[in-house]
Amino acid sequence: MKLTVWTYEGPPHVGAMRIATAMKGLHYVLHAPQGDTYADLLFTMIERRDARPPVTYTTFQARDLGSDTAQLFKTAALEAYKRFKPEAMIVGASCTAELIQDDPAGLARALKLPIPVIALDLPSYQKKENWGASETFYQLVRTFAPKVEGAPERTPGSRPRCNILGPTALGFRHRDDVVEVKRLLARLGVDVNVTAPLEATPSDLARLTDADFNVVLYPEIADVAARWLERTHGQKMIRTVPIGQNATKDFINEIAALTGIDPTPLLNDADARLPWWSRSVDSNYLTGKRVFIFGDATHAIAAARVASEELGFEVVGLGTYAREFARDVRAAAEKLGLTALISDDYLEVEQAIAELQPELVLGTQMERHIAKRLGIGCAVISAPAHVQDYPARFSPQMGFEGANVLFDTWVHPLVMGLEEHLLAMFREDFEFNDAAGPSHLAAHQPASPPAAAPAPSDIIWSKEAEAELTKIPFFVRGKARRNAERFATEQGLAIIQIETLYDAKSHYAR
Amino acid sequence: MIPAAPNAGCDSAAAPVLRERGQREVFCGLTGIVWLHRKIQDAFFLVVGSRTCAHLIQSAAGVMVFAEPRFATAIMEEKDLAGLADANEELDNVVDRLLERRPDIKLLFLVGSCPSEVIKLDLSRAAQRLSTKHQPKVRVLNYSGSGIETTFTQGEDACLAALVPEAPSAGDDATPSLLVVGALPDVVEDQFSRLFAELGIGPVAFFPPRRSGEIPAVGPNTRMLIAQPFLGDTARALEARGAKRLPALFPFGAEGTTHWLKAAADAWDVPEMDFRRVVAPHRERAKRALARSKETLDGRSIFFFPDSQLEPPLARFLAEELGMRPIEIGTPYLNRDLLSEELKRLPEGAQLSEGQHVDKQLDRCRDARPDLVVCGLGLANPLEREGLTTKWSIELVFSPVHGFDQAGDLAALFARPFARRSVLRV
Repeated sequence: MKLTVWTYEGPPHVGAMRIATAMKGLHYVLHAPQGDTYADLLFTMIERRDARPPVTYTTFQARDLGSDTAQLFKTAALEAYKRFKPEAMIVGASCTAELIQDDPAGLARALKLPIPVIALDLPSYQKKENWGASETFYQLVRTFAPKVEGAPERTPGSRPRCNILGPTALGFRHRDDVVEVKRLLARLGVDVNVTAPLEATPSDLARLTDADFNVVLYPEIADVAARWLERTHGQKMIRTVPIGQNATKDFINEIAALTGIDPTPLLNDADARLPWWSRSVDSNYLTGKRVFIFGDATHAIAAARVASEELGFEVVGLGTYAREFARDVRAAAEKLGLTALISDDYLEVEQAIAELQPELVLGTQMERHIAKRLGIGCAVISAPAHVQDYPARFSPQMGFEGANVLFDTWVHPLVMGLEEHLLAMFREDFEFNDAAGPSHLAAHQPASPPAAAPAPSDIIWSKEAEAELTKIPFFVRGKARRNAERFATEQGLAIIQIETLYDAKSHYAR
Repeated sequence: MIPAAPNAGCDSAAAPVLRERGQREVFCGLTGIVWLHRKIQDAFFLVVGSRTCAHLIQSAAGVMVFAEPRFATAIMEEKDLAGLADANEELDNVVDRLLERRPDIKLLFLVGSCPSEVIKLDLSRAAQRLSTKHQPKVRVLNYSGSGIETTFTQGEDACLAALVPEAPSAGDDATPSLLVVGALPDVVEDQFSRLFAELGIGPVAFFPPRRSGEIPAVGPNTRMLIAQPFLGDTARALEARGAKRLPALFPFGAEGTTHWLKAAADAWDVPEMDFRRVVAPHRERAKRALARSKETLDGRSIFFFPDSQLEPPLARFLAEELGMRPIEIGTPYLNRDLLSEELKRLPEGAQLSEGQHVDKQLDRCRDARPDLVVCGLGLANPLEREGLTTKWSIELVFSPVHGFDQAGDLAALFARPFARRSVLRV
């Protein structure tokens, strides 16, 4: 048993949901108790999806246990098939259903549905969300792109073709990364065959083999599947993840080496602004800023490289919650002379940040909260992320535009150069000091907030009314105060009592 | 589907209820921890469950991951499933570590989950064992918030029912006292306290209390007003301790609040004239505050997906005081006892439904094209995309909505989706 305050990853069936929700024409029938439908809101609220995830839950309850949970599963699967008419179905169990051992695989087989049904075995008490996503994607790829003995060799086309593997629903900026990477590939002269799982159908997966190589954007999701495609179909794999200016160049060079395309025009891309932004003199103050980095392995490793090579920060801590990729993160940390923090214990991460006292935290939504509490600037670089990390604007992490985005996003939380000097020169300034935060941020809190505008001179607040006012949420308190005073003036009242406060509320509700 | 029978009007208690089974798009009882841990300030909620449980609570509470919360999950792992003796030992270790970290905790709830129920981990014995171990500093109680047993707000019911035995006994000779049952926002409790004082009703206590050491005494002279319609088990547990329930409408809107207060006033023999004198200004004020939302809501139809069990009283409020037309009133569980007064006043033609088959209910909803759909977060955006106007039901349990001075706010929650639609030009 493990004491957990917040978790970085959900259970593995949520990973499977991320695949199913990313795809088209695939339906997931999940044997699960009442309440597990909470996972829908991850997609409809956090990611603002405008359709329900393609998931049917059996919703068993205590009274069903031991009697007919298996029948519930069969009914749910059959109804889901009839209602949603998917091209293919995945079936599995959530943590509780795993314990009652109803065997969704066997039950689904017994239904003899006229579509492919893939049974998922996702051990909830050992594995987590990313593993679940990876396993689900791997099983789907195996099922739909099998090795066919005696099938004719594929003839390469005149232009190189690749698949883009890894983007899912609820991924951190996956939608925008795909757009940016496709743009890079197009300018390089590489055709994209299939992008999966995002927006792919099961029949698209069957076409995966019609490509020369695979671009793996998120190894957490697609590494296993891509390795299988490499072994089974001889498709090479591009391993560089193009996050940051230098990694993007490496990515382009790696593809160029594989395909024989000349990368030079693309490497001198005029839209790559990060190098000049970083070299321009105003960025001098970024030198040696102490930064703590934590996230999934891909984003954490990439961020460490960008921070140290491209922004001139000093990386003081690097870690991941993804134990499956611990080795890669350890190697990246060693290069920077650090010992990686491999942990999914939020409290441990918090302690590490508190001890290292960085000036900037690059992390997940959890680290944002830690940083907020410790008064440190923070930018989110990795899932898990909250609704505000799914921006309306185009903001990829990958490619040259992604590097531009990283520069802006990471520099924004910092106190700017000259302001920093002023803070150091006049430490006792009552409004602008270390505790107040960068003055260009909304969260900036002058130490002595200006006093509320005084009430009209002839109006007095009773002690009780003042106390009642404090029970009103802070974001409407100012309005409530003004309304009460205006109301009292209009009504010719000299003293604001509790009742005046509520009379005013009722009056202005009209 | 059972067709909606012609309604007998004032006796819709007998109206046919549509009962459905199937996929339920609802939270489990663990979700109640999100507000309960803020209400009882020295209590801590330790869910004994899976990663799914931890993920659920943090997703439901997502916006408030600011401080170390007064809840956590003891996540069961493979080895805990292998042998139960080990699971108990592991749990004891987790609790030790937790109490060491949080010496301010006086009351610890071990909260059962689906997996802990299925493997039959006996949390009541664990609670006894741990209580003995950590007494007198910490009292350890247990309840189940599992999805196989509880839906959303039933978690609060289970928690409060577990707290009832902790209440000291008030004897036969105790002064008659009023107990208000249900977790209410502090500001609402304070408003009710002032009203009861004006009416000469008292002493008044609230359950749950703000601090675990302030659990009010309960006995045969305790009269209780239930503030939330989902507290059936808690009400029964208090009745078993001798408390008498005062049947009433729930305190939503001017009418509901008047009726609720009147039940207490009658029990205290407050003269009718006095009751009117005290209540009238508050009631008038509530009605004034409703007027603006009524302009928006009058005549509009509304469809409730099941969520919190607040649906029947809210439908009554919206129909009677704001002129809305409920089409379907879905509730996860229909507690006829506590809702006896409410059911009499539900409008004709409204279909009550209990349980859920979400796809079938969505079909009915699309067919009915209601002006407003009250539903959970998993359904709201998809329905908006289909062109329906929605109100997130979760806001109804996360905002102060009880009593006279919140009546306007409650109505405004339903009016806001319309207001937003009318201002947007995109």
